[in-house]
Amino acid sequence: MTETLVQEPGTEPVGPSRPAGEPLLVVEDLTKHFPVRSGMFGKTGLVRAVDGVSFSVRAGETLGLVGESGCGKTTTGRMLVRLLDSTSGKITFEGKDITHAKGGGLRQLRQDMQIIFQDPYASLNPRHTVGRIVAMPLQVNGINPPGGVKKRVQELLELVGLNPEHYNRYPHEFSGGQRQRIGVARALALRPKIIVADEPVSALDVSIQAQVINLLRELQRELDLAFVFIAHDLAVVRHFCQRIGVMYLGKMVEIGDRETIYERPAHPYTRALLSAVPDVTKMGASGRIRLEGDVPTPLNPPSGCRFRTRCWKAQEVCASEEPPLTVKSNGTVAACHFPEDGAIK
Amino acid sequence: MTAPTSAPQSPATTDTGPYLKVNDLRVQFPTEDGIVKAVDGVSFSVERGQTLGIVGESGSGKSVTSLTIMGLHNTKRARISGEILVGGRNVVGMSEEQTRRLRGRDMSMIFQDPLSALHPYFKVGAQIAEAYKVHHPNASKSECRRRAVDMLGRVGIPQPARRADQYPHEFSGGMRQRAMIAMALVNDPDLLIADEPTTALDVTVQAQILDLLEDLQREFNSAIIMITHDLGVVAQVADDVLVMYGGRAVEFGSVEQVMRRPQHPYTWGLLASVPSLHGDADADLVPIKGNPPSLINLPSGCAFHPRCRYAGRNGDRSFTEVPELHQVQERGHLVACHLSEADRQKFYAEDIAPSAGVAQ
Repeated sequence: MTETLVQEPGTEPVGPSRPAGEPLLVVEDLTKHFPVRSGMFGKTGLVRAVDGVSFSVRAGETLGLVGESGCGKTTTGRMLVRLLDSTSGKITFEGKDITHAKGGGLRQLRQDMQIIFQDPYASLNPRHTVGRIVAMPLQVNGINPPGGVKKRVQELLELVGLNPEHYNRYPHEFSGGQRQRIGVARALALRPKIIVADEPVSALDVSIQAQVINLLRELQRELDLAFVFIAHDLAVVRHFCQRIGVMYLGKMVEIGDRETIYERPAHPYTRALLSAVPDVTKMGASGRIRLEGDVPTPLNPPSGCRFRTRCWKAQEVCASEEPPLTVKSNGTVAACHFPEDGAIK
Repeated sequence: MTAPTSAPQSPATTDTGPYLKVNDLRVQFPTEDGIVKAVDGVSFSVERGQTLGIVGESGSGKSVTSLTIMGLHNTKRARISGEILVGGRNVVGMSEEQTRRLRGRDMSMIFQDPLSALHPYFKVGAQIAEAYKVHHPNASKSECRRRAVDMLGRVGIPQPARRADQYPHEFSGGMRQRAMIAMALVNDPDLLIADEPTTALDVTVQAQILDLLEDLQREFNSAIIMITHDLGVVAQVADDVLVMYGGRAVEFGSVEQVMRRPQHPYTWGLLASVPSLHGDADADLVPIKGNPPSLINLPSGCAFHPRCRYAGRNGDRSFTEVPELHQVQERGHLVACHLSEADRQKFYAEDIAPSAGVAQ
């Protein structure tokens, strides 16, 4: 895992050609361990929420992080924008080590890096008007855009498809989809280069979800934004991301471009995850890989390959030896001793 | 499964007929702002061994419908009219005591959020045993417990005897949902209502739960109502599908009919807005414009008309006249839409069928 995967093969951006060169964001061997105590005098334990994750994001690229709850995708996202401090590892943004950025440096950094939260009901201050919410990043950073703050805010509201005249309204006057648009406008206020979107559409109804996905896609194309898109819904990720990383119990188990991940993934977990998605185009429960049991606790992850307890291909070596992330024959980078080959049926 | 009609049918239910029959159900809540018409004249029926999927966005009335069937509304607050026949007995207007006797054994419900539906203060096994005891007053304590442990094992919880003595917070999300299912099934109910049973779960666990429900249905031959907003889940488990919008049924048919040959513009919209694992990933999704309507002040005529691309193609009926469910094309396929048969075929073939989302 330590041999960095900064330049994975097969990661050429799927979209329009981009200037080659330094990746915008590089994450190396990132870990986050939360100490916990069980019982009154109990032993202290470590929840290995994120345990050695590496990836990189280029300018204008969209990377999806998928996995079940508890796989560490949200924790990773929060460490990227430095809402959480990492236990170890390194985060580099535009060639600068930002792992321990503080104070003014951190504020500077957040102008280029913003986050959109999952719950549009909890992430907006109910006592502030929409104008104030969206203007806040500008004020905090002492930025006075040409034409004034109000004009810029109204431009932003228009950009995300809200009526600029709603400047003086409060969040409760908006529906869930509209609130998420407000969150997007706030994230865009400082013209960031990368946005971490943590389950931005999972709280929304399907018809509204499609509106917000289309909005994000449009903004991504127009503003050439990079995205780290965290979601558990694989179908949503497929419509938004060029490259996808699959996480399981704090580890990256497979990372590759969209087509390979969805058509012929190497890791059994990726296959199981994909086959479990109920798809509108598929009737009945045919061809589903049935995973037994639950995700093990990150307090005491299985030895060797962490997926082995639920994997139908697991053998002895899987328990004794942790599979390294290597390039597999399908072109993705995956951590598995017995990778799958060939297309998904 | 007999088709629902918008007009109430004769209440005569024979033993061979559908187990659940809902006729012209209306549920209204008077509030300070006006009357919320949560359910406005919905009829359907479910036979034993069959699964009815109810689909709709938040506020479409699907959950209110299920709570009404279970008799869980406060009759002082809610105005309920119409008829709900569970095994031939009308639940509407039944006394609290009578519905309680039906609940659990004749009909039972799986709620969306198991953490708030399970009591945090009691052990999981004790909660399931209590549900059994209610309908088996003569059962001994140890018998109830044996039954609870047995149920936990049946729904796939490992080491059920040990797990029965744990509290809900010691269970993972998927296991809690299974414990809820065990509790709902402990009295072998004839009708099971599952209200978004897998929405809070991961896809792999969701797959396990859906398989489990299917196995249990085969075993007990129960009728299931699956309420969900996930069309993928419906395509997988339902035999019949009811699409609701603004408190009314807008489309009804077999899963084949609704998912493969949808006829209502709202159903088209839903299917086109769902991202899929197949088809062109770079193509934009086609969302339904606007937001779901307020149930206090529904749009005139067809409640969907402000969001419908095809509103007004048939004079101004969309704006003035509430469309009734009527049969189109195939037997048993009902749609509430003013579009003429020819127009609908044309729009479907030209605009809808080529896009992703519609089952191939």
